[in-house]
Amino acid sequence: MKKTTNRISVLKTYKLYIGGQFPRTESGRYYAALDAKGNKIANLCLASRKDCRDAIVSARNASGSWGMRAAYNRGQILYRIAEMLESRKEQFIAELVWQGLSRSAAQRETEGAIDRLIYYAGWCDKYQAIFSTVNPVASNHYNFSVCEPMGVVVLFAPESPLLGLISVLAPCIAGGNTAVVLAHQAKALAAVSLAEVLNSSDVPAGVVNILTGNNEELMPWLAEHKDVNAILYTEKEPSILTALRKKATGNLKRVIHWPIQRWLDASAQSPYRITDLQEIKTTWHPIQQIAGSGSSY
Amino acid sequence: MATKNKSTIKPLRLGAGWKYAPAPESAAAAHIQDQYELFIDGKWQKPKKGTYLESINPANEKKLYRAAVATEQDVDKAVAAARKAFDKYWKKMPAKERGKYIFRIARLMQEQARELTVMETLDGGKPIRESRDFDIPLACQHFFYYAGWADKLEYAFPNRAAKPLGVAAQITPWNFPLLMAAWKIAPALATGNTVVLKPAETTSLTTLKLASIIQEADLPPGVVNILTGAGETGASLVRHPAINKIAFTGSTAVGKLIQQETADTAKKLTLELGGKAANIVFSDAPIDQAVEGVVNGIFFNQGHVCCAGSRLYVQESIAAVFIQKIKDRMATLLVGDPMDKNTDIGAINSAAQLEKINQYIRLGKKEGALHYESDARLPQKGFFCRPTLFTKVAQSSRLAQEEIFGPVLAILTFRTEEEVIEKANNTPYGLSAGVWTDKGSRIFNLSRRLKAGVVWANAYNLFDPASPFGGYKESGYGREGGWHGLHPYITF
Repeated sequence: MKKTTNRISVLKTYKLYIGGQFPRTESGRYYAALDAKGNKIANLCLASRKDCRDAIVSARNASGSWGMRAAYNRGQILYRIAEMLESRKEQFIAELVWQGLSRSAAQRETEGAIDRLIYYAGWCDKYQAIFSTVNPVASNHYNFSVCEPMGVVVLFAPESPLLGLISVLAPCIAGGNTAVVLAHQAKALAAVSLAEVLNSSDVPAGVVNILTGNNEELMPWLAEHKDVNAILYTEKEPSILTALRKKATGNLKRVIHWPIQRWLDASAQSPYRITDLQEIKTTWHPIQQIAGSGSSY
Repeated sequence: MATKNKSTIKPLRLGAGWKYAPAPESAAAAHIQDQYELFIDGKWQKPKKGTYLESINPANEKKLYRAAVATEQDVDKAVAAARKAFDKYWKKMPAKERGKYIFRIARLMQEQARELTVMETLDGGKPIRESRDFDIPLACQHFFYYAGWADKLEYAFPNRAAKPLGVAAQITPWNFPLLMAAWKIAPALATGNTVVLKPAETTSLTTLKLASIIQEADLPPGVVNILTGAGETGASLVRHPAINKIAFTGSTAVGKLIQQETADTAKKLTLELGGKAANIVFSDAPIDQAVEGVVNGIFFNQGHVCCAGSRLYVQESIAAVFIQKIKDRMATLLVGDPMDKNTDIGAINSAAQLEKINQYIRLGKKEGALHYESDARLPQKGFFCRPTLFTKVAQSSRLAQEEIFGPVLAILTFRTEEEVIEKANNTPYGLSAGVWTDKGSRIFNLSRRLKAGVVWANAYNLFDPASPFGGYKESGYGREGGWHGLHPYITF
């Protein structure tokens, strides 16, 4: 813990982020966040199954209104997150350095995350225009298919502590889903600090919920929960992927796997990452044949 | 407890007072073999273990044909044939030539539509009118639609090059046998995959006929393989290590088993499963049109439809009138010989399915819902069920929660729009929904808020190859039909 010359520094308490609030874990458990040398730098909440449930309830409650918000407005909010992150760039770089990244890597990670938010902010009101269709059915009906959010999505955050996290979170909420994020266990400081950014970025309460804790313990609960619509996993651990798919079967969750290695690459971002978390809804509506329809007035 | 039809208008009693003159289609149009082998590598091949399953006509319980039962070794052979065909022919063929083969299938099917129609009805029990006007033409149309996609895929996915997955394992249900085979095979071939398909054991006939049409179209051997058999055959196919894709249409329970079974593989999976669709009628709806839609929604194909409108939500202010009108309409429905062109409701697909439906009817009575059925006269032989409805059904009743897959309508009422949205969404399923109202803004509100893959507004049970179909939640994932129907068969 760093000391300045004349005063005792104030240590930050890293808490969970659920429903727009910063509660401690109901379990009272904690674990240590370590720096590159293995020294303890902070206490983190070791979230419990109950915290998972609370986060899912918050995400569900926020789901309807977030999904139906104007796409333009969602875009503005994503842009606002980027602005807030930019203004606190130095803090994030410092935290990433604490957790073992080099100064230049931490800077790339932070700037990459900001740019990625901008990228998806711009997609919010455009992906529908590309991936929805008007279908020329043979009967006399107006028929169209649109993308709709899946609902509540659990994001298992990748090891890349900020850029990786933003790269899964941004396409998820850009598409109108609400998220429960399980931060990467070993590098969770940036995730908790991101909660503070989200909280001051006009993101409605419950749209993003962030948990820290023992990933191995919490993953099965999150993958099994009946009110989760989809789970997203990005690591390449086959045994975990298999276990998640099996746990997800109970309510046929969509299990999305993005085995991304290099988060800075342009391939880590794409509108297809938005549509991976969308359902397709088709509506049929009759067209009345009015008198004179044969003429070309 | 049974209720009587208390219509104020004089009810039509078609079964009792007077009859339509019979208008039977001739069974002679169908050339049905006594026995069918497996279609592997472009040839008809005997099953390794030499076992066969009898298929009967559910309308008279007479034997119709015997179909081979494919076992693990046959599955192995078919998958190897499909793999070889993928590497040797299909992958290398210019896309426009691939497309022409699929067009050829569509045309040959159209030419033999009458035979396919008669086969479908004899084998599955659905009214000949439905086979003739719905199943068969739509199946042809599906091939025609996807044939055109084959050489246009570079326009389909912005900034991406679509590649086929390889060998697709496909399993189809017994309710729309040929149509479901078309839904599966056409997009798979158009995107450059090869196929091993297993039809349902009670209704394999038209799929076997399709195999001979594919042979006649001179497709390279092994591009499409058809394996008949029951659940065991399907399980071996799903487990086979050399397949790249599984497309399954069937029950939610089996869909979940398949997700479990394939959890440790890279097989791309799409599932089209059960449903318990809400058909919602508001007081301002065009009432007589809505009655037609609701009746068609539940009694089409004997209610053996995954998207059947099996839960009717009718607004309280019009409930009495509306339910009476449904009863009056039900009195005119002719139940009987599926080969008769007058028949509205044909045979239940199998004895087992009839038993399942009857169990639900008994359960509904026991739970205290009010039972009503039409007084249609049923044939002596075969599996038949009168069109049935239940009123005073509780939201929590199993009649309102579980898929019955038969001609049984559960009726519930509602007062407000908010209430009905919540009730309609209160099910693990999410395949389809119907909305009947004169108000456009209300249609779009409901269409947006109902968790269902397809919403029919002032319409029901409409299908088209250009229109994507598939569910939310436990009704499965992936879409069939339209541009979206290409996705399950490609990778970037």
